[in-house]
Amino acid sequence: MIQRLQHSNWFAAIQIGLVGGIAAIMMSLVGMVEEFTKRDIVAGVIEMGQTLLLMALLAAGYFASRRSPSARSFLRVIEGGLAGATAAFLLWALVQLIEPLSLRTIFLNASPALIKILTFGREGTAALGLMLGLGTLGGLAGALIQILPGRYSNATVQGLAWVALLGLLQELIRVTLVSLPTIGNAVQWMFGGRNEKGLSVLGAVVVFVVVAGTNALPSRQSSLFRDRLRALPIRSQQAVRWISLALVAAILFYLPNVLGSILSNVSNQIGLFILMGLGLNIVVGFAGLLDLGYVAFFAIGAYVMGVLTTTAVGPQAGQIVFGPQLTFWEALPIAVFVSVLAGVILGIPVLNIRGDYLAIVTLGFGEIIRILALSDFLKPYIGGSQGIVQVGKTNIGAFDLNSPQRLYYVIVLAILLAAFISRRLRDSRIGRAWKALREDEDVAQAMGIHLVSTKLMAFATGAAFAGLSGAIFASQIGSTYPHSFKLLVSINVLALIIVGGMGSLPGVFVGGLILVGLPELLREFSEYRLLIYGALLIVMMLTKPEGFWPEATRRQELHEEIGPAGELLPEAPKLQDESNPAR
Amino acid sequence: MTTSILSVRKVTMAFGGLIAVNALDLELAENGIHSVIGPNGAGKTTLFNCVTGFYKPESGEILFGDHHLERLRPDRVTHLGISRTYQNIRLFANLSAIENILVGQHPRLHTGMVGSILRTPGMLREEKESLNEARRLLAFVSLTGKGDLLSKNLPYGDQRRLEIARALASKPKVLLLDEPTAGMNPSETQAMVHFIRRLRDELGITILLIEHQMRVVMSISELITVLDFGEKIAEGTPAEIQNNAQVIEAYLGRGAASGFGPKTAVATA
Repeated sequence: MIQRLQHSNWFAAIQIGLVGGIAAIMMSLVGMVEEFTKRDIVAGVIEMGQTLLLMALLAAGYFASRRSPSARSFLRVIEGGLAGATAAFLLWALVQLIEPLSLRTIFLNASPALIKILTFGREGTAALGLMLGLGTLGGLAGALIQILPGRYSNATVQGLAWVALLGLLQELIRVTLVSLPTIGNAVQWMFGGRNEKGLSVLGAVVVFVVVAGTNALPSRQSSLFRDRLRALPIRSQQAVRWISLALVAAILFYLPNVLGSILSNVSNQIGLFILMGLGLNIVVGFAGLLDLGYVAFFAIGAYVMGVLTTTAVGPQAGQIVFGPQLTFWEALPIAVFVSVLAGVILGIPVLNIRGDYLAIVTLGFGEIIRILALSDFLKPYIGGSQGIVQVGKTNIGAFDLNSPQRLYYVIVLAILLAAFISRRLRDSRIGRAWKALREDEDVAQAMGIHLVSTKLMAFATGAAFAGLSGAIFASQIGSTYPHSFKLLVSINVLALIIVGGMGSLPGVFVGGLILVGLPELLREFSEYRLLIYGALLIVMMLTKPEGFWPEATRRQELHEEIGPAGELLPEAPKLQDESNPAR
Repeated sequence: MTTSILSVRKVTMAFGGLIAVNALDLELAENGIHSVIGPNGAGKTTLFNCVTGFYKPESGEILFGDHHLERLRPDRVTHLGISRTYQNIRLFANLSAIENILVGQHPRLHTGMVGSILRTPGMLREEKESLNEARRLLAFVSLTGKGDLLSKNLPYGDQRRLEIARALASKPKVLLLDEPTAGMNPSETQAMVHFIRRLRDELGITILLIEHQMRVVMSISELITVLDFGEKIAEGTPAEIQNNAQVIEAYLGRGAASGFGPKTAVATA
């Protein structure tokens, strides 16, 4: 009997439903659901906590249907519904058990408020019925999305994702766009009245229809555009590139005016992490040297800036004994130089250490630098746990560069410089040597690559960018404390380049926006930041290990403009299609 | 007698108690094709690793012109003009085919960090020349049109040839090929034999070859060295080796008299 049950499709559906239910229970018990109810996605209809639970249900239905061996779509949808109902039943069981087992003594978040959210304020059989009903519906919906042909299911998922994203980012969008003409009105309408907290119902429907519609159409538009661009003569292609670059530059230049002080501050935060990401991307992404102590160079940059520019010099408490009191701009190159030096010095002992061992050793270095900064031994010089205060500001002469909106330009310039250097190096002999090193160190050496200098160059360049970032950081907050340089910073930067795509420059920007930007914008997340990081990384590794924006292979054989004898190289027949299965 | 380009003299290499290569002598004639054969574990690849600087031999010396190779790092050996391929292909899997060849040119190029960042005219010229050279090498190994594919996505035979192209990119005087026909069918093998001859005839490269397929060894080599348990048991022309009793014994065991027939069948299968 049990044997037969185990092999039946229903049993598999129930299993997946149980997994979904456990995920939903976990999200409820850690407090995410309750915390997130404060944010409406669609005003008055659904908020974020419910969205989380709905996602669990949809996923249960989706996977139940996908795993199902049934050939008939009808059966698969029913199985999806069953999975959803199972998940909902688990949630109902949780609600029933909270009081008798006094779960609240262990799980603080198992509060009456949570119960109210889960049961929609109903009790007894009404609650059970409602929950099972909604669970079944969620599961059915998930299964329906799965059985739709690829194009449509993709379109639906994208549509839902955009609605959720716009709902999540409503504050950002409102603050930045409402003041603009025309667009502002559209935005205002999309988000309902001034006092509403989410998308209006109609706005959500429009967003969904537009996104899903454009995705569902047999869209050859984007690929056609690319083809048409390729078909243009080289000159025009370059013109298009320059124009789009100019557009991006204009937007970047205008952005702080739109963002205002608070959001500029957020974008500066993102910027500093992107700067570090660009550096670590060279070390880990290009050269494959797994560095977990990267925060050390950020700290060194910050401390050098602090010591050289602080005006709190003297024998009193809170002051350091020696400081030349330079300006920011005088100290900046020194900070970068010292970081580079540190990169080389820390690089030398780990030259022969590979892979996992390298990660552990560099992890140690990162901690050593932080502990040194905390130590009493160095306290007279770098302030110990009291840190360094009154760090120099980023002014140019009398011109004040210090408001978040103005500091933004300093950071953007630094990022542009770092991205430019990264790109040039990537496409050069040095970059190729780094990538060869990443792929196979022994063979790279057999190709005539000098391991010592190549590795040290990677460490030094990475350290330079981190030092630059640290120096600006110190000046931005006006002080330098050891607790700003915890291991978590290294992990953050590493996670950022993994999520973006190892070795990919645009990936660093995408990763920075997702991993630094989103938590800053969505305050509710901050408490669950690590949980979400972990979940995101696991999902990434399973579904998209190459990252959101993976490094593209450079076309060098066929799309380089001019051939050996000065003539245009002929297009290769057919082979392009193999290399680009997307088309 | 032609001049010797590479001399291995009394080289011994041991791993713990295991002597992989024992007091081996080997003279590589300039512009020749020289094969090293022997049963598995005879020390052939160890010999390659000693010559290319991966292993530091316990004793003995390896002379390349006036240079002593036995204490040099692998990258220095490559700079001097010795290049190699690997028994199990070791391409840079996530680089495109053409990038693999560009990496191979590394020792011949000079651009440093500053030049790369500033894109100096010298760097641009060097890049352009190296790219053209890479395209030429792609054509030489009949991979034109596949240069932008990731090397891991190339079919097996293409990977073998790409690895040779990468080794050629450093413009070596001596090329060490470790079982270039492993895993190939008879027609691919025939093409590879033809290709190796072209390397010598057209590019003037001296070839040292490890090979298991006797048909290949016998048809291509000018001189054959036979190793067994790290020692040289015979050396001579293909005809001499085929009739050497000691060699037959090493390969087929005592009492076998029918030459290499069965072994060839096994190796080709």
